[in-house]
Amino acid sequence: MKYILDILRREHGGESFCQRFEYETENESDTVATALTKLNEKDDLVSADGSPARRIEWECSCLQKKCGACAMVICGRPRLACGAVLSEFTGEITLEPLRKFPVVCDLVVDRSVLFENLKTLRLWLGGNAEFSEKYGELAFEASECIQCGCCLEICPNFCAGGKFFGMATVPITTRLLSQMTPKEYKEIARLYARHTFAGCGKSLACRDVCPKGIDTERLLVNANAMAIWKRK
Amino acid sequence: MNEKTVNIVGAGLSGLSAAITLSRMGIHSRLVSSQPSERAQSVLAEGGINAALDTMGESDNPADHFSDTMKGGCFLESEAAVKELTENAPRVVTELFRLGTPFQNENGRLTLRNFGGQKKKRTAYAKSSTGKMIMTALIDEVRKYEAQGLVERFPHHDLVYIKTDEKTLQSIFVKDLYTGEFMSLGGCTILCTGGLNGFFEGMTTGTTQNTGNAAALAFGAGAELANLEFIQYHPTTVAISGKRMLISEAARGEGGKLFIMKNGKPWYFMEEKYELGSLMPRDVVSREMFFVKNASECTGDVFLDMTTIGGDVWSGKLSDLRKEIISYLKQDPKKEPIAVSPGIHFFMGGIRVNDRFETNIKGLFAAGEAACKFHGANRLGGNSMLGAVFGGETAARAASKSAEGSQVKPVPDYKDSVSSPQIRARLRDLLLGGLGIVRSGETMKAALADLEALYSAKGISKIDRLRVSVGIAAVESALAREESRGAHFRKDFPKTSEAFRRQTVARLENGRPVITFEKFGGEGALKDEVHS
Repeated sequence: MKYILDILRREHGGESFCQRFEYETENESDTVATALTKLNEKDDLVSADGSPARRIEWECSCLQKKCGACAMVICGRPRLACGAVLSEFTGEITLEPLRKFPVVCDLVVDRSVLFENLKTLRLWLGGNAEFSEKYGELAFEASECIQCGCCLEICPNFCAGGKFFGMATVPITTRLLSQMTPKEYKEIARLYARHTFAGCGKSLACRDVCPKGIDTERLLVNANAMAIWKRK
Repeated sequence: MNEKTVNIVGAGLSGLSAAITLSRMGIHSRLVSSQPSERAQSVLAEGGINAALDTMGESDNPADHFSDTMKGGCFLESEAAVKELTENAPRVVTELFRLGTPFQNENGRLTLRNFGGQKKKRTAYAKSSTGKMIMTALIDEVRKYEAQGLVERFPHHDLVYIKTDEKTLQSIFVKDLYTGEFMSLGGCTILCTGGLNGFFEGMTTGTTQNTGNAAALAFGAGAELANLEFIQYHPTTVAISGKRMLISEAARGEGGKLFIMKNGKPWYFMEEKYELGSLMPRDVVSREMFFVKNASECTGDVFLDMTTIGGDVWSGKLSDLRKEIISYLKQDPKKEPIAVSPGIHFFMGGIRVNDRFETNIKGLFAAGEAACKFHGANRLGGNSMLGAVFGGETAARAASKSAEGSQVKPVPDYKDSVSSPQIRARLRDLLLGGLGIVRSGETMKAALADLEALYSAKGISKIDRLRVSVGIAAVESALAREESRGAHFRKDFPKTSEAFRRQTVARLENGRPVITFEKFGGEGALKDEVHS
């Protein structure tokens, strides 16, 4: 089977351009990540029109939807390249970098803002974690977040550098709130109100794109209950 | 910078553990990684972490954990190191729980599960995502110290060079992968860079970021490597696009059993032969799978039968594992057995360190899977994360004593050496040929001859030549070890020999690997050797 990949490329600081590649495989389970890996293995990579091309820059690590490194926009939707099976698609497959973050090169983006926001929100435990049966499953689900940035890409309210930090900070906030006493999480709750609760338009588009299948609405409801409505 | 600083390369479990330990001592660290911690291989660890917490009414204790670890490792590890590890395990796991890891528990009392090579329930877990859960908690803890300025992240930076002078570390060079710029980080350094997965690209359960380059660079800088022949093939893996996917040992811990069709009927070969059945140590299970798969009376693949596992276990303890299997294999393990085969999962060998986790290069330390330390000839499931967290902590304490003020300087004229995908693929194929589950002098000699040719290939880059050197050292180590022990099984030397209860040590002399067998365990031996 032959697949056509249209990749939005950009060299460090240069102009963006689209380049088409062909990838041929007999393996039905090959993903976008496989295609990018195999294309880059070629010493003489050429685009679909036969022109020499430099290797495609992209990030990957686990190749099984557990690390978030390979998040990109695939046919208009933010998702992980290692979870996007080529045979799902009909026609050309477009690959673009996540648009909410500065492009480093090709499909590599600088997601530093994700981690800076977590620091701004002071997301860490003050003392020992408290565990209750009520919140055990919630803490597990919240800890599954891989900080890929897909939820921010789809969010109509988030822009990097803005006051609203988006869904990417909510899983950690929810876990910490569930493991702290209301007295301990007073500051986290204040920052949550300012940087999350106040800006969230509740579109819940994040729920539809989370590669881990995290029920973002459930996390928001619980975080709101604990941080805003003081119910714990 | 005048304040004491330690460089940590690698931001997985051992790196984070080292950073937390140093921060608590008030010592600044630079945490270098090619990607953020969320992308580290540690997030893939599944089944659990061992500690004799004795919460299951089985009278467990650290002495039993010690003896199981020694036995599982075929007595090729330092007794003192394993004793320290197993005695500290309850404290380490309790601390991880305190930091917010959502381990399975009942009213704050940890629930433990069965794991391979251990008769008692000793493995703390969070479903089948224990590594990810621990990592999340440690990342949050490190964030606190980042905010305080005690941890400085270099989160898109690759280690490219280890500069030494007279067996003393001068600095490490790193490349900013976003800008392409090089910089030198002075001061002592802990390598927490994981195992040699990258030497078997696409054929392991690990990540693509775990290239093995750090070990090759350390080797090139004069560091000794040890026990390179001991490579763990995990019994239950499946091929997915681009890699091997692990089916956690937890599946067998919760009742899953292996079988193969023999004379037209399912044969549960492990249960028939061993008291612990499918929960024998991984080296034993993988070897038995190899033999039954090649037996004339058996047909087809080896299957992992998880259909007898109860619905409550699937909905609770193994819900994430089931979801993953269905997602990648389109098969429901609750309803049908899954074809599995052994795949490379862990490297017991690595950078040789002494009791202080210091290498033979003064100021260069190693911890976690990068170091050869606790696991002898075969690691027990549940001991890797323990070794990583405890190792990172211990190495950090030792490194703190060598820490001094150091600077970050640009190195604008540094010429990087680039690895070639073709050379990496060839290296992988040759190593797979020589270092399989069952080995022989003949196949290893054939691999070695081809590796020598690869080493001399025209135009091979400096880093690739170093990588091939490590590959040669691994095969030569296996060839020199004329016995079978743990993960190293030779059909031409099938017995274990007391004479080989020694550590295989590889070092570069005049640019070529030299293999010797040396004492381990009496910490004094290595300590004296290293810095006398």
